[in-house]
Amino acid sequence: MTATTTTPATPATTTPTAADAPAAGYAVGPAVPGTPGVPGEPRLRAEGLSIGYHERIVSQGLDVAIPDRSFTVIVGPNACGKSTLLRALSRLLTPSVGQVVLDGKTITSYKAKEVARRLGLLPQTSIAPDGITVADLVARGRYPHQKLLRQWSREDEDAVVRALAATQVTPLSARPVDELSGGQRQRVWVSMVLAQETELLLLDEPTTFLDIAHQIELLELFGDLNREGRTLVAVLHDLNHACRYATHLVAMKDGAVVAQGAPGEIVTAELVEEVFGLRCTIIDDPVTGTPLVIPLGRRG
Amino acid sequence: MTAPVQTPPAEDAAAPVTPPGTPGTPGASRARLDFGRPTRVVRSRRGRFSARLDVRAAVVTLVLVVLAAAVGVVALGVGDYAVAVPDVLRALTGDAPEVIRMVVVEWRLPRVLLAILLGGALGMSGAIFQSLTRNPLGSPDIIGFNTGAYTGALVVILLLGGSYSAVAAGAMIGGLATAGIVYLLAYKNGVQGFRLIIVGIAISAMLASVNTWLILKADLARAMAAATWGAGSLNGLSWTQVLPVVLILAVLVPPLVLLGRRMNVLEMGDDAAQALGVRSERTRLSLVVVGVALTALVTAAAGPIAFISLAAPQLARRLTRGATVGLASSAAMGAALLAASDLVAQRAFAPTQLPVGVVTVSIGGCYLVWLLAREARRQ
Repeated sequence: MTATTTTPATPATTTPTAADAPAAGYAVGPAVPGTPGVPGEPRLRAEGLSIGYHERIVSQGLDVAIPDRSFTVIVGPNACGKSTLLRALSRLLTPSVGQVVLDGKTITSYKAKEVARRLGLLPQTSIAPDGITVADLVARGRYPHQKLLRQWSREDEDAVVRALAATQVTPLSARPVDELSGGQRQRVWVSMVLAQETELLLLDEPTTFLDIAHQIELLELFGDLNREGRTLVAVLHDLNHACRYATHLVAMKDGAVVAQGAPGEIVTAELVEEVFGLRCTIIDDPVTGTPLVIPLGRRG
Repeated sequence: MTAPVQTPPAEDAAAPVTPPGTPGTPGASRARLDFGRPTRVVRSRRGRFSARLDVRAAVVTLVLVVLAAAVGVVALGVGDYAVAVPDVLRALTGDAPEVIRMVVVEWRLPRVLLAILLGGALGMSGAIFQSLTRNPLGSPDIIGFNTGAYTGALVVILLLGGSYSAVAAGAMIGGLATAGIVYLLAYKNGVQGFRLIIVGIAISAMLASVNTWLILKADLARAMAAATWGAGSLNGLSWTQVLPVVLILAVLVPPLVLLGRRMNVLEMGDDAAQALGVRSERTRLSLVVVGVALTALVTAAAGPIAFISLAAPQLARRLTRGATVGLASSAAMGAALLAASDLVAQRAFAPTQLPVGVVTVSIGGCYLVWLLAREARRQ
């Protein structure tokens, strides 16, 4: 339960498509309870989604299924609608047409707390109240599980202990969040979402604003969580990070999905040029064997 | 060992469970997690009831409640007819000569009770708006609800020449209408704290000039009456005014027990709150309604009493050293502040009675200067 001694798992040496690889790294709880929903159907999917802000349509007719137990990464150029898709999947945005289906039912038919017990979200920006301590903040992730008379059950406490350990912030638990470094702070927010104990985790640009070492550290953590059986959906900016860590890639452009599938199968120089308008060559990542995008620039 | 704050169902025998203490730390009922502040966990045996108690916040709240009660007892004793504290207590338990009972219970108690209840209401209202706006300046008296209530009362006093209840109704309507207008004007894909404050200050300034104009247009006697009401006073309040206040508070406070938890989640931002299963806009609207109703209730009962809702939550927060403003501690602080202010208002220049609003403005003014100076230095 307090196994903070394990180091992040070493990078996989094969294309990480093995969704049910043995749990590695952190001891995160009795991870996956019986999967609710309809057998044979992905737990989370978007059907014929049209989304927009103030009459400006961002996406039209989107059909995206999130494979269960995948680490799905949504990539695309700025303003391609990838964050919008993620916000719709987490019911922060209501689509004008179409629906998001969670466990066989349209997501809007659930009570807000019920959704929060099935699906966790790390938003792009959250506000830590002045001087709140790490443990106090992470404990707030338990809100969807709490009731008026049951505000701090044993399960709540266990979940917070596990979440702190999984993100290796247990030694920081008594510290005020605003005294932490950017990398530590982001791990605390991830810890809060983990305390929610949902199998589905949506992450909106979780690595933006972090330096490269903290980005990798966080992505390794996400990889571990995925291997333990959680389904992750993340919006990432860095295509090479996406190729290395994703088991399922969704490439978007102008509000539409251009390609989806395992990075090793879909990432080609043509696709990168089509989606990002970037001429490049693709080689095998010497460490993981996943596609590595090398921009040609003017010299190519 | 702490007693459970709430009595669990009978078969769920009340037994504060002691989780194993962290190795090396004595004091077994300490939480297994280090929250960085003294924390107690209370659980019934079958786990149907459980709570996490912030020791410092609980102690501060308790001390403030005791303080408010003590000030109240003193206030019951002082005056033209002085009553010693033991006699006051005897009168409260119905064990005193008729004349003392008359003075203490019939004449003075309603005023003291109102000071405590209305102070608590102001504290809670301030906590709600400061939490919603995430800003220590986001209190109802700054964002114009008091001014609006005054406008409502002025219209009744000057144009209709109303009774106490008519004026109270006018103030209530004025306050609620102002809040509605501020909310609508600040609404743009939901209401953001800072926009609410700015719009509120603007509306407040406009209404203040309307108020001045109304008073200038009125004849002297009515203008005097209006100005007196406008200072906010507990003078001359009796049992007739206590009952409606108690009834309205009994309606407004219970929902806050639920809303208070959502309020804390909402402080982390709309997206984070939604992610945790709190419908942010709906929660915010409910909080605004309750917060405005609390302020309007006070204004209706006693006139616009300024600065309690501004100062109480922040003073309480300094004492509890909490990350956010707390409803209970703010209510206790508001009650203690208003009870003490009213005692000063009655006795400082006796036999002349000051309106309590004059005292709170003086105290609050000092506090506001300190707050602004401190914020300015921080940036």
